Amino acid sequence: MQVSREEILHIANLASLEIQENEVQKYLDNLQDILDFADVVNNAPVDNLDITIGANEEKNVFRKDEVKVFEDNESLLQNAVSKEQNMFKIPKVIS
Amino acid sequence: MNITDLTVHELQDKLAKKEITVLDITKAYLQNIEEKEDDIKAFVTILKDEALKQAEEVQGKIDEGEIKGEFAGIPIGIKDNICTKGVKTTCSSKMLENFVSPYDATVMEKINKENMIMLGKLNMDEFAMGGSTEYSYFHKTRNPWNLNKVPGGSSGGSAAAVAANLVPWALGSDTGGSIRQPSSFCGVVGLKPTYGLVSRYGLVAFASSLDQIGPITKDVKDSAILLNIIAGHDDKDSTSANQEKIDYVKALKNDVKGLKIGVPKEFFGEGINEEVKASLDKAIEMYKELGAEVEECSLDIAKYSLAAYYIIACAEASSNLGRFDGIRYTYRTKEFGNLKELYKKTRSEGFGPEVKRRIILGTYVLSSGYYDAYYKKAQKVRTLVMNEFKKAFEKYDVLLTPTSPTVAFDIGSKSNNPLEMYLADICTVSVNIAGLPGISIPCGLDKEGMPIGMQLIGKRFDESTILNAAYTFEQKFGTLGTRQNVPKRQENN
Repeated sequence: MQVSREEILHIANLASLEIQENEVQKYLDNLQDILDFADVVNNAPVDNLDITIGANEEKNVFRKDEVKVFEDNESLLQNAVSKEQNMFKIPKVIS
Repeated sequence: MNITDLTVHELQDKLAKKEITVLDITKAYLQNIEEKEDDIKAFVTILKDEALKQAEEVQGKIDEGEIKGEFAGIPIGIKDNICTKGVKTTCSSKMLENFVSPYDATVMEKINKENMIMLGKLNMDEFAMGGSTEYSYFHKTRNPWNLNKVPGGSSGGSAAAVAANLVPWALGSDTGGSIRQPSSFCGVVGLKPTYGLVSRYGLVAFASSLDQIGPITKDVKDSAILLNIIAGHDDKDSTSANQEKIDYVKALKNDVKGLKIGVPKEFFGEGINEEVKASLDKAIEMYKELGAEVEECSLDIAKYSLAAYYIIACAEASSNLGRFDGIRYTYRTKEFGNLKELYKKTRSEGFGPEVKRRIILGTYVLSSGYYDAYYKKAQKVRTLVMNEFKKAFEKYDVLLTPTSPTVAFDIGSKSNNPLEMYLADICTVSVNIAGLPGISIPCGLDKEGMPIGMQLIGKRFDESTILNAAYTFEQKFGTLGTRQNVPKRQENN
């Protein structure tokens, strides 16, 4: 499948990535190369096969819904770029 | 005797006979790191003072009779995508340059319970995406057998550190070959366990349905020993298997008489280097001499697997890496107008080009209009691959292939051609697609003296058989030995 310039910019936006103007062509070429190769899957003899989503999907795994308290707030918050009163601080969402 | 030449089970023998102390061991490794790390660059974080202090404490407790653990005081290196409480876990990415995990991965809890000593965190391709460790944000790791060559990847730091005797053994992770391929390139032993055998809790997720943690060691016995320590069910990972514990060391019988080995001819076709092929042929002859029943077979899945792998792995990665948004994980762009811009700029600055490439590919194959053509097809191919393996294992106990089509390549030779880099994974990815165990062991050197690796693939949860097959080969062939004398890097490189 042929990927267009508009498409790759749209995809990048969906993935919350910015592509610089001078990089667009490179990403486009790379993606096209890989997709051309990946097209092999469309020739695979899989017509009557079901999909597989994981290596061991025989059963669902259930557990009790129990609350476990993680008490070490300090080490959680050490990764916050910005914090206030024991909370992660984020920029204003609604302006 | 040089302490750092020894395998872990040899260290254990010497400790038991009181010929050496745990403090001697840590000091010897730190000395080696001091001398060679500038050339190899295997580490992201070296824990020199911490390791020494911990070794002194462990030594004290042993002297006092407080602990008697089999592995107390044995050093280890950890790939930098496995969470270690209080020590940075960077995934070799700018995005996590300063990230300190608030908890230990389950494998680390097991390692720590044994009173092992962590020497440091090992370099990798950013977020485990790559096959050469050239995509690390921090620095390239060099192959101890030839400093102008890549160590493979993505667990290149782990494999190089073991090969150069900077750590006695290490943990890596394998999504499409990231333990086996660097082990092959560096002449050491690397095992990817069956999906679900080892808990993934605390392994920074790349492709959750494919990732597994596994050992990289100097020999097969150490591989079995380390697998004994890290395997087991974990409530915190719902994909971890709940089954009876196996002693993998007991599986090492040094006997392959009657073992049925299949050699899929498609893995020896186009693109496989002649010297690699010749070396594998010799290994096959050796297995025959040892009494195994070796037979050529057909398993025409390699190319489909590789295409399906890159679709599935990138799709899962695009979702898993969505969490890195500039809010919770230490890196945030400096200037932004609104929240969307904060996300976008943070991610664009924090991720390297290969990671972005894979997120874009993954988002593309999941996006409306292409989902059926790529992602759904790839999931069907996954079924096909599993079925074909199942058929092969009705006839054979083990499948034997090269680990990689080539030996380690020159630094810089593939880093600008993503597709070519992906093709190097052709022998390993199908094992992850099917969730099987696979081990890479050294089976020779090429004319330039670079290691060649052989891959043995087993049935699900049948690590015992491939470990025994690998062990029996190694008893006859020997290990390649590790690189005590690292050649000096040429200045113009």
